[in-house]
Amino acid sequence: MRLRIAFSKHGKVRFTSHRDVARIWERALRRSELPVAYSEGFNPRPKLSFGLALSTGHESNGEYIDVDLDPARVAGLDIDSLAGLLTMHLPVGLTATGVVVVDRRMPSLQQAVTSCTWQIDVRDVDPVIVEASIDRLLGCDEVTVTRERKGKEVTDDLRPAVLSLAVVSPLEDGVRLIAELGTQPRSARVSEVLSALDPPLVEHRVLRLHQWIQTDDGRRAEPMAVSTASSAPLGASV
Amino acid sequence: MSMARASFDGPLWTRLESLLPQVQKPARYIGCEDGMQTPEHGPGIVSWLMTYPDTYEIGLPNAGLQILYEIINERPDGAAERSYAPWVDLEALMRRDGIPLFSVDTHKPAGEFDIIAFNLSAELTYTNLVNCIDLAGVPIHSARRRDGDPLIAVGGHCTYNPEPIAEFVDLVVLGDGEEVVGEITELLREWKRSGKNAGTREGVLRELSKIPGVYVPSMYEVDYDGAFIAAVTPRYPDVPEKVEKRTVADLADWPYPKQQLVPLTEVVHDRLAVEVFRGCTRGCRFCQAGMITRPVRERPAEQVSRMISEGLKRTGYDEVSLTSLSTADFSGIEKVVGDTVSDAGVGQVSVALPSLRVDAFTVGIAAELQRARRTGLTFAPEAGTWRMRQVINKLIREEDLYGAVESAYSQGWRRMKLYFLTGLPTETDEDTLGIAELGRNCVELGRNHHKSPSVTVSVGGFVPKPQTPFQWFGQNTEPELKRKIELLKDDLRGAKGVQLKWHDTRASLAEGITSRGDRRLSAAIEYVWRHGGTFQEWSEHFSIDLWLEALAACGLDVEWYVYRHRTEDEVLPWDHLSAGLHKDFLWQDWRDALEELGLEDCRWTPCYDCGACTGYGIEHVVASATPPAGGSQGTGVDLSTGGAVPVMLQAKRTLREETLATASPGARS
Repeated sequence: MRLRIAFSKHGKVRFTSHRDVARIWERALRRSELPVAYSEGFNPRPKLSFGLALSTGHESNGEYIDVDLDPARVAGLDIDSLAGLLTMHLPVGLTATGVVVVDRRMPSLQQAVTSCTWQIDVRDVDPVIVEASIDRLLGCDEVTVTRERKGKEVTDDLRPAVLSLAVVSPLEDGVRLIAELGTQPRSARVSEVLSALDPPLVEHRVLRLHQWIQTDDGRRAEPMAVSTASSAPLGASV
Repeated sequence: MSMARASFDGPLWTRLESLLPQVQKPARYIGCEDGMQTPEHGPGIVSWLMTYPDTYEIGLPNAGLQILYEIINERPDGAAERSYAPWVDLEALMRRDGIPLFSVDTHKPAGEFDIIAFNLSAELTYTNLVNCIDLAGVPIHSARRRDGDPLIAVGGHCTYNPEPIAEFVDLVVLGDGEEVVGEITELLREWKRSGKNAGTREGVLRELSKIPGVYVPSMYEVDYDGAFIAAVTPRYPDVPEKVEKRTVADLADWPYPKQQLVPLTEVVHDRLAVEVFRGCTRGCRFCQAGMITRPVRERPAEQVSRMISEGLKRTGYDEVSLTSLSTADFSGIEKVVGDTVSDAGVGQVSVALPSLRVDAFTVGIAAELQRARRTGLTFAPEAGTWRMRQVINKLIREEDLYGAVESAYSQGWRRMKLYFLTGLPTETDEDTLGIAELGRNCVELGRNHHKSPSVTVSVGGFVPKPQTPFQWFGQNTEPELKRKIELLKDDLRGAKGVQLKWHDTRASLAEGITSRGDRRLSAAIEYVWRHGGTFQEWSEHFSIDLWLEALAACGLDVEWYVYRHRTEDEVLPWDHLSAGLHKDFLWQDWRDALEELGLEDCRWTPCYDCGACTGYGIEHVVASATPPAGGSQGTGVDLSTGGAVPVMLQAKRTLREETLATASPGARS
């Protein structure tokens, strides 16, 4: 049986890395005494699978982890109380917000998620200038960026990954942007989109609002909604 | 967006927060560990900032610091938070923006605490100690501090010779801190209530110096006779002439840490740790830890088992380390191992035994513990020949080592790591080359079981330490240590399966400078710090040139501090501080060493009257009256057989001896 857990990451813990969060989850799951399935072999590891990495320093309202349970030990498990139980075993700032059962045949989170919505706060800028630079970027057919990958310079076009980008509100000392950025074939980073603007911007605080999965009927939905729709009753998928 | 904890966050956190995206590993600075405490501060509460003067990853797991953090926070009149040395990237930003050293618990400025207490486990952190005091906004010299400044305290193994840092610290705690932190808190509580009025600091320091185990360097006058120390004298009649260390009699009374901190980011020793005993009586003459922590005090096996099972459940760790100076000597080891293995459920918990004893019995225990992962085993024979091991009193016979190695290979291990010291008293090139010989022989044994067995031979330069029988020994010069390493490199060239690793001999020199120095060395430490020499334990920041330049600038001599043999009648800089060992016991043990005379473990043999038990009116707390299976440090084994090498290996050695004969060791140097 596979569980999909949604969680948020806010405050001081945003400075932990993706790897740190993975270890935090391993410990929290052991503490919760959930019957997690382990891999076979000399070095058994819990069967967990994490979604898209969140950059160190970014906050999120929508993070996900898939956890396989040991079918022999799931009897009597109360799915509805799990989120509260898990939050108790997580550090302050990490909160489990929902748990659903998903079909094990579904593609992994990494494969399934196609885009993310970001809230980006930028300081010390004039909203009018920012809006103009966004218009220019969105008006381009191509936005070439070079980055280093495995020691080599790689050039690609960032434009197709910028699905939307707009100023939503001025802040006391800057602006708040909302962006939807594609994650396939690779995740577009908030920082590279901001640097591609002219003049370039530097993020002050970034919050992932949503991760989106493209459904069969062409709509987009959040990972929990997709899984609920296709999930079998408890126990049946074991 | 920010949640909870916000109520604890002062203005410092807000300023720090905007710097964290610009530094490496920002999670070092956020606290938030499971087990973290956010104590209340107030007029009747003495606030301690427990500080480790190296990075968070190194400092967080420090057990001493965590134990005292809990004990102080359990007191109604105490509050303890923690701090670690910021890495150089954050330090630069903090200095630019005027942000002081801070606690990671509530991000409170260090200068607002009543006392900043450092754990000193390694001499090369001394410049970081000075840096942290400066970052706290406190004058680095004790003599310049004002009444309102925090007191600077130090504890830990380095405090058995704190003279090189005497000018920077207000008080030094010798030995176990569990009880004495309470006594210090009570004294400071009254001082704080009275308002720490002008001119009262000196009086408080004088009162502190009367607490057993507390050494206040400024209460002592050091007189010199040329380069020698003539005398160290208390400045007041009520200040003790000799400061004795503190020793807790029964570990069962101190089941700490109860809430071991679980960090959010990776640290060294990222696992549950349960201390099974304190002290060691094997009597290895080079080992400062073994000398200064006597007598042996075991924790009851039931308590150990309970701390393991409760600790694993609470922390979510899947690994526990049973800590002590020689865990296989713990009389309850078999019960604890049995309990843990049967308790572990689906076999997902692994148990680490640091400091393994070298014998087959130990490997048996390791086999029971590491059912799944048999990656590598580490042994520490410490020296390459039986003669040398009798000198250092590490009474491991060749057959013990080969028995352990044979047993390990036959039970599935493929990799061994062997630890050695070089530059030991009376060491000849034959002794040094014996290290290579042991390594090769272990690989040979492995070939009977595996195609490509591997043995890592790790060699460190010996640094003589205060309060040990080798405190009189002149350290090998840096070029001599380097020559010995080269000798081993040459000898092991082309040796299949043996990897040689060695410690930087220049770092051993710097450690030698700081280990047995006196108060005059403070100036050199300050010089190194002022010239950017922080994080000297990190190879990318370590600079021997800076240390040598500092000594020259301060008119101090390397030869004098490091390479010179001391005489029996010399006043050593730490003679007024006592780890309980009689100086004549240490001198006798030094003479025994030179006569190649080994001493058995005194837990199971008659007392040698070192002073540690009798002086404090306590005894070794050992559950079993008989030595553990496999023997311990010569008890119950025939020591006359030490040099014997199994026949099977003899043939191989003859071949190598032939090659050795064609190129004598001396010719290679």
